[in-house]
Amino acid sequence: MGKSIVITSGKGGVGKTTTTANIGMALAIMGRSVVLIDADIGLRNLDVVMGLENRIVYDLVDVVEERCRMDQALIKDKRYRNLMLLPAAQTRDKTAVQQEQIAGLVEELREEFDYVLIDSPAGIEQGFRNAIAGAEEAVIVTTPEVSAVRDADRIIGMLEAEGLHDPRVIINRIRQDMVKRGDMMDIDDMIEILAINLLGIVPDDEDIIVSTNKGEPIVLNNKSRTGEAFRNIARRIEGEELPMLNTGREKIVQKIKRMIGIS
Amino acid sequence: MAPFWRRSKETAKERLRLILIHDRIELSPGKMEELKDDLREVFKKHLNVKTEDFDISVSRKKDSMALEADIPLRDSR
Ligand SMILES: Nc1ncnc2c1ncn2[C@@H]1O[C@H](COP(=O)(O)OP(=O)(O)O)[C@@H](O)[C@H]1O
Ligand SMILES: [Mg+2]
Repeated sequence: MGKSIVITSGKGGVGKTTTTANIGMALAIMGRSVVLIDADIGLRNLDVVMGLENRIVYDLVDVVEERCRMDQALIKDKRYRNLMLLPAAQTRDKTAVQQEQIAGLVEELREEFDYVLIDSPAGIEQGFRNAIAGAEEAVIVTTPEVSAVRDADRIIGMLEAEGLHDPRVIINRIRQDMVKRGDMMDIDDMIEILAINLLGIVPDDEDIIVSTNKGEPIVLNNKSRTGEAFRNIARRIEGEELPMLNTGREKIVQKIKRMIGIS
Repeated sequence: MAPFWRRSKETAKERLRLILIHDRIELSPGKMEELKDDLREVFKKHLNVKTEDFDISVSRKKDSMALEADIPLRDSR
């Protein structure tokens, strides 16, 4: 049985879809079989970020309503054949799917894949409940802003209430220049206030937009530091213990050590 | 770089801390003031309380939160 992980957030637009695409791709590059579920019904996006929008025939609601088989709806990635996408429906009907149906779907996919990653809609409505149904683990995405972290705290509480314990957090869009100026909250402070484990830190990077323009997740670029951040997250999900990318200021001692080559 | 008390990250941290306390106990800052006023009156009814120094606050321990009241008393001796 594979592992099911929901990628969620309180505030919208913090980077869930970007994160889902990149972690999924990174795990696939590592040789795992991965299926991505776009659970943002009505606001389909993951297909675009993955560059797979032209291949969609059926969607999640078609599967749930048995208009097609699961294997007909799954889209195979162009680059990694061990990576699949189950696209969201673009329906406006908010009651198009039930929690139990998603849970059933996830269960079915766990039999065949190492990882089932679920891209959740933002917020605390039914869509969120649907997305977390069937997930064994949760990853919360936030940006380093008061409003986003506050909403993350609400989500942690709600996940807990739904029986999803110990979620891990990804802090997305860290800006080095602002960290240096003292205008971005410290990672350690956010982690302490939220009382949650850190899964990764991702820099703010305009190349993300370029990669979305092209439909090529940034992990495909071996030289990208942002890609590396996502690759490291994938490795942590696999159970590796890795140090966080250094986003704070380097301590003088470390700098000298590095310059003279002993670190 | 700006001195530490003027860096916005410190302001953000303090604001976040307070916001989360009120979110978690589901009591807005305004309601907390009302509670404080009510409590003050209750204590005043039974005790010689220094009402101007009366204060309540939420403290956070490892896994729990507690409402702490500071109730200074007048010594009438
Ligand atoms: N690390 C990043 N650096 C720069 N832009 C980012 C980053 N992460 C996300 N974005 C941008 O932010 C916007 C919202 O991201 P998205 O993944 O769609 O968020 P969500 O799924 O949470 O709504 C997109 O335009 C995306 O390109
Ligand atoms: Mg999204």
